[in-house]
Amino acid sequence: MLLAVQNLTKRFDDVTVFADISLSLMAREAVALTGESGSGKSTLLHVIAGLEPADGGDVIVDGQKIEDLNDGGRATLRRDHIGIVFQQFNLIPSLTVAQNLSFQARLSGRTAIETRPLAETLGIAGQLEKYPEQLSGGEQQRVAIGRAVANGPKLVLADEPTGNLDEDTSDLVFDLLLSMARESGAGLLVVTHSQRLAERADRRLHLSHGRLSG
Amino acid sequence: MSRVVLLTLLSYWQRRPFQLFTLVVGLALATALWSGVQAINAEARKSYAQAAEILGGYSVLKDKTNAPIAEATFVKLRRSGWLVSPVIEGLIPADRARVRLLGVDPFTMPQISTAADAISKTGISDFLGANGTILAAPVTAERLTDYANRIQIVEGMVPGTVLVDLSAAKHLLQSTGYTRLTLLPDQPLQRPELADIAPSLDLHAPETAADLSRLTDSFHLNLTAFGLLSFVVGLFIVNGAVGLAFEQRRQTFRTLRTIGVAANRLIVILIAELLLIALLAGVLGILLGYGIAAALLPDVAATLRGLYGASVEGALTLSPTWWLSGFVIAVVGTGLAAATSLFKVAKLSPLATGQPRAWERASATTMRAQFVAALACLAVAGAVWGLGSGLVAGFILLGGLLLGAALLLPTLLSAALNLAQKRASGPVSEWFWADTQHQLPSLSLAMMALLLALSANIGVGTMVGSFRLTFTGYLDQRLASELYVSLEDEADIPAFLAFVEPRVDAVLPIWRTEGDVLGAPAEIFGVVDHPTYRQNWPLLQALPDVWDGLAIGQGALVNEQLARRENLAVGDELPMPGGLKTYVAGIYSDYGNPLGQVILPIAVLTENYVDTDRHDFGLRLADGALDAVRTALVEDFGLPPDNMVDQASLKAFSLSIFERTFAVTGALNILTLGIAGVAILTSLLTLAAMRLPQVAPVWAIGVPRRMLSRIELARALILATLTFVLAVPVGLALAWVLLAVINVEAFGWRLPMQVFPFDIIRLFLLSLLAAGLAALWPARRLSVRPPADLIRVFTHER
Repeated sequence: MLLAVQNLTKRFDDVTVFADISLSLMAREAVALTGESGSGKSTLLHVIAGLEPADGGDVIVDGQKIEDLNDGGRATLRRDHIGIVFQQFNLIPSLTVAQNLSFQARLSGRTAIETRPLAETLGIAGQLEKYPEQLSGGEQQRVAIGRAVANGPKLVLADEPTGNLDEDTSDLVFDLLLSMARESGAGLLVVTHSQRLAERADRRLHLSHGRLSG
Repeated sequence: MSRVVLLTLLSYWQRRPFQLFTLVVGLALATALWSGVQAINAEARKSYAQAAEILGGYSVLKDKTNAPIAEATFVKLRRSGWLVSPVIEGLIPADRARVRLLGVDPFTMPQISTAADAISKTGISDFLGANGTILAAPVTAERLTDYANRIQIVEGMVPGTVLVDLSAAKHLLQSTGYTRLTLLPDQPLQRPELADIAPSLDLHAPETAADLSRLTDSFHLNLTAFGLLSFVVGLFIVNGAVGLAFEQRRQTFRTLRTIGVAANRLIVILIAELLLIALLAGVLGILLGYGIAAALLPDVAATLRGLYGASVEGALTLSPTWWLSGFVIAVVGTGLAAATSLFKVAKLSPLATGQPRAWERASATTMRAQFVAALACLAVAGAVWGLGSGLVAGFILLGGLLLGAALLLPTLLSAALNLAQKRASGPVSEWFWADTQHQLPSLSLAMMALLLALSANIGVGTMVGSFRLTFTGYLDQRLASELYVSLEDEADIPAFLAFVEPRVDAVLPIWRTEGDVLGAPAEIFGVVDHPTYRQNWPLLQALPDVWDGLAIGQGALVNEQLARRENLAVGDELPMPGGLKTYVAGIYSDYGNPLGQVILPIAVLTENYVDTDRHDFGLRLADGALDAVRTALVEDFGLPPDNMVDQASLKAFSLSIFERTFAVTGALNILTLGIAGVAILTSLLTLAAMRLPQVAPVWAIGVPRRMLSRIELARALILATLTFVLAVPVGLALAWVLLAVINVEAFGWRLPMQVFPFDIIRLFLLSLLAAGLAALWPARRLSVRPPADLIRVFTHER
């Protein structure tokens, strides 16, 4: 099992975002997580990525229990094994597209990163020397997906990756995310509002009132 | 509507009190240093004006050779119809420094004058007579402990000057005649010509504040330049704070514009907002400026007394004009600092205002404009260097150089970062250089402030160091005699010579007089032929046999300041007071003296100037003879111990005047560096919040917060280092301008420039410390920042 979430609870002050939820994810599996705004989907993703601490329960990624790791350990886990795609793209504005694509992979110690084939797959081969602000939203999100998978992660977490895109571009980007995750052999957990897109995943989970159903 | 918009804009500051604090502090500091310096200058000028006008600012008659005017001459003039009043002027000992004593005749003196007012306030009966009262300002009275029982305090009297009856002055100064005769207004038409009745006297225009101001102007100009520099450095903080506040509110501006607030109205409301802040900062700045002025005034007063003999004392008095000018400078400063931001808001379209890239493009345009402005400033500096002359031209050169270098800094930093980025190998290092480049527009203002402060520090430090080294060497040469003696009475000279000659190696008279040389007051000394002078006197230029010529009574030496002022070279004719004609045989350095000075063969001096003061002598002694000679002079010859000073004490005294002279400069230097430190701190702190969108993704994909915080610290240190690298040549160029241009124009002497590498290294470490400390807080905040803060970046619009 690639990802195991067991009895996970998260609170913000007195408000319980979710309580006692469990889920699992296998390699090459794509799971869509849906739910209303404010239901805690993004928070769940952040806790799984080790970006935010849980208030109870366990998150185990590739056999490593996140709660046992310190800030540096979690950073290493993300760097080496997790690819993250955000709704706001969150590319590094001071680096070119090519540098953004290879950044995480090089960070984890890989030296020979071929960005051109990756960029060709993503359909942004002509944009390699450009800076993020020179790209459209769809192009930026393709760069973010490329960055997330370039390192061959075991787990890809995507938080509303199409939230800022039009319908056609959303379809394109979502399909790209699914195919690239599958090709790289990673497990994919994707948060989305869109039932239409969620249907393309292998499995769907729904988070509502702090409870997970699937 | 405007009120609603203004409240909306002000709500921003409510949510960011620290940023408001930054803005207010920057503006208050800029206002404070400028106002403080203005307060000091105003106080000094007021003192000069008071000193000049104590006797009403009337024309005077003086002896052509500066000899005392005989009472018979005064009587003769009065009898022939000249309405004149005698004055005796001299210095009497007091605590800290001597006090100017003015003896007047209350019956004949001009009745419209500060002196006449003072006498009428206290009553004339006590004032009259050899033991009459001494009228003094409260601060001066405190220093005259020896005359405590005769002092009458008069509010409004000129500090540093006391007023006595003519007979009291004669007694206290042991004067044999009058110093000058004041010419009353409304003289009778039918009166004999002055040349017929008193041919030894001539008429002088009224003494004005300008006479003293002329001497001290350069000092005040130096202070003003420092005040201006600090003001500019402070404005960099304000510019940075306003720029960031505008940048962070671009979303608000866009919303306001799109819901119907016209650009013009938005600009007017933003100006109103800035005006409110400027007034608040103005009050704080003025209060702070008063504190700075009060703290620095004693050192300024000591400098003015030591260098120019000008008396500036008393507490600071603040005029409404000063308050008003403080507010004006705060408002003008805010306007200058906010001009670029307001211009950007006015120029950007409603939609573009909200786009970060649009703002950045505007910043890139600003950097290009800065580069062009830098070249223009440097070109002006170059042109002034080549073509200009005078003190103002010197300061334009200085300003052009400093401002040009500061404006050039962002471009140079950008080029250096580009180079580093190209050579970077690892991903973190690539990101680091690229991100630093990205931040440059926001950080460059703080770095420009640091560059100005560092350059000023290196420049002024090098100048003071060069001056100290040269001055110490110069004192070693000039103060060659082991003991300096001042006789009580010139009648004692034969007995003194008979007493000391068997006990010492040589007796060197230090006889002097004063007079106008080439139209300006100068000191005139006499010199005997002795190896001491041949071996020690620091000659800059001289005829081949200069000392042999002087030994047979030919030629004269002039100091550097007189030679530069009058463009004299060796061999030139030199007309002296009283019709004496001689020539320049040599030019010597004479640091620290604002007056022109001439050295004549002693026989020429005594033959031509009967009023020569012959009280002082230098004694050359064998090693170890100092104490024995001093004791013998006191115990056997009866000379008061206070009439002797040994070489070491005199050197220490001269150096202490020197150190106090530069104490003010040093204090302003440190304050300027402190302000630059505040500029870096505030920029980094404000930037820290803005930079989360850039830092959070790097953290999310696997760079720990601790490492990110170390990177932030390294960034500040690297930028400080790069800035320092530019500051060194700029600072040395500044030192050269100060030594070779400003000093020559202001004081009349040129100093050899010395470089002090250890001082520069120490300053480098200090600047690293300042930048490191400034970066430490934001870096620490980042390392302990709750992940939730960083995550917010991924869930909110940037």
